[in-house]
Amino acid sequence: MNVAIITFPGSNCDQDCHRSVDVAGGSPSYVWHRETSLGGADAVIVPGGFAHGDYLRPGAIARFSPIMDAVIDFARGGGLVVGICNGFQVLCEAGLLPGALLRNESLRFQSHDCRMRVERADTVYTSEYREGQVIRMPLSHADGNYYADPETLAELEDGGRVVFRYCDAGGAVSDAANPNGSLNNIGGIVNERGNVLGMMPHPDRAFDPALGSVDGLPLFTSLVGALARAEVA
Amino acid sequence: MSRFTVELLVTPRPGLLDPQGKAIHHALSSLGYDAVDEVRVGKAIYLEVTAATPEAARERVEEMCRKLLANPVTEDFRVTASQNGGAAG
Repeated sequence: MNVAIITFPGSNCDQDCHRSVDVAGGSPSYVWHRETSLGGADAVIVPGGFAHGDYLRPGAIARFSPIMDAVIDFARGGGLVVGICNGFQVLCEAGLLPGALLRNESLRFQSHDCRMRVERADTVYTSEYREGQVIRMPLSHADGNYYADPETLAELEDGGRVVFRYCDAGGAVSDAANPNGSLNNIGGIVNERGNVLGMMPHPDRAFDPALGSVDGLPLFTSLVGALARAEVA
Repeated sequence: MSRFTVELLVTPRPGLLDPQGKAIHHALSSLGYDAVDEVRVGKAIYLEVTAATPEAARERVEEMCRKLLANPVTEDFRVTASQNGGAAG
């Protein structure tokens, strides 16, 4: 249950992801972006931060780091790949997830807790949540405004691929609860096959009561559990 | 082979929300510039490119746009090439 965490120059949540996987019972390891092999990892996390300084566009240069060919091959083969925050931006730039993350509608860097409704509890990443559950975790980004063209957005909605949606404490999805202007309050999506997840908020900063929330931990225990079941099968 | 200065303009696609443009539009309006109907903000990238012809330089940069310099989901681009001084060494 080895989970590779990709470290780019400018990544700053790689250690948070490492600790989250560890607490969830998995075996995390760091993979430097100049590597060309994932070293037999069972899953991959692309962590948050500012890979390559976010120059040009967030994720645009990271997407061409040497390790990304291996990540793309792994994902296309059905391997489990999670992108959190900057990692979500990298996966969109790499074409593993549809759409793009634009500048926040407010033009401000948003750094605060948010709430999201779990729209799908039947993915490999959310099996430890309940459908409709309202979870709380931090977000921290300038470019988290999810955009996709109308056809792509319809595909995501019709295919049930919106996994997390920004909401208020009561679970109501509203403009007031939308921190960045994302279309349809989208906070996280999966690809068509369901093996690639991207999300802007940080489950990796919500795995211990000392951090103010443990609502991120089920994401990692879901992932580690899925890997454990795959190992048995 | 000659050296060309290639100017690349990358702009948000029409209809795409452009909060920066909106903020600048708002600032212009508050300064009294009521004649401005819309503001869109993109970026300009300048490249010095060695190529046989300006068309070849432009085509090369268009390829770079499709691969890296522009995001086709959100951005349009326009490329113009102009000869820059003498022949490249």
